[in-house]
Amino acid sequence: MDDLPYAHALGAQPVEGDPTLLMLPFSEGVVGRPGFLHGGAIGGFLEVASIVALRHALAIESDARIKPINLTVDFMRGGRDKPTFARGVVTRLGTRVANVDATAWQDDPARPIAAARMNYLIVRA
Amino acid sequence: MAPPDPAFDLTAFMALMQAGHAGLLGVEYRAHGPDWTELALPYQAALIGDPERGVLASGPILALMDTACSIAVFLKHGLERPHATLDLRIDYVRPAKPGKTVTGRGECYRITRAIAFVRGVAHDGDPADPVANVAGTFMFTDL
Repeated sequence: MDDLPYAHALGAQPVEGDPTLLMLPFSEGVVGRPGFLHGGAIGGFLEVASIVALRHALAIESDARIKPINLTVDFMRGGRDKPTFARGVVTRLGTRVANVDATAWQDDPARPIAAARMNYLIVRA
Repeated sequence: MAPPDPAFDLTAFMALMQAGHAGLLGVEYRAHGPDWTELALPYQAALIGDPERGVLASGPILALMDTACSIAVFLKHGLERPHATLDLRIDYVRPAKPGKTVTGRGECYRITRAIAFVRGVAHDGDPADPVANVAGTFMFTDL
């Protein structure tokens, strides 16, 4: 994730000991309406979590390129002024396309604030 | 009973927004109409998602379109009625060209009692050659 300037700008951090879990501290830079996370920041964080999960799944072929095709985000709860966590899960890794689900939560993983489904094109060298 | 919502003030809203996520991304106002707005996302190195090619990450484009569509809801409604994104779907039609400003136009084409329906297109210079297409809904949060 260190080579993703956008992830750094957002403030997304890896969680030690868990390669596909990310943490996003609450900061002015991710605020939408006062006191709440911006929907675009949550969506962007979910995209970063998806890419981290996909890269993890593709680890043995690190020269493969990942291109986003599309993304659908559902927002379930408002994100409050506290840390947010996200995890991506690769549901299918094909030869050309990967499907990834990502979920974001704050206090309880069973009470997500948002969930996304992403499709990626994989370009193998 | 809650006081009525104030009329939507686009200038004040854009100024307030600079403190938050739109400020981090450097989102700027370009134009608006009765049910649409156009915002710009100037290219900046901090928002790159593909360092090898210098291509912008997809997240900032999603945030640009979410913001443009939300403002379109305010504009069509006319009042500053609070709402939250319920869902947003985005197709990344092609990568934005490195160095180019991405312009995003969001439109609110229908408002019901509880839900506002939006759509939008993002391009990097030529509206006929888009980089992204979005469709989504917002929910009024005061019900």
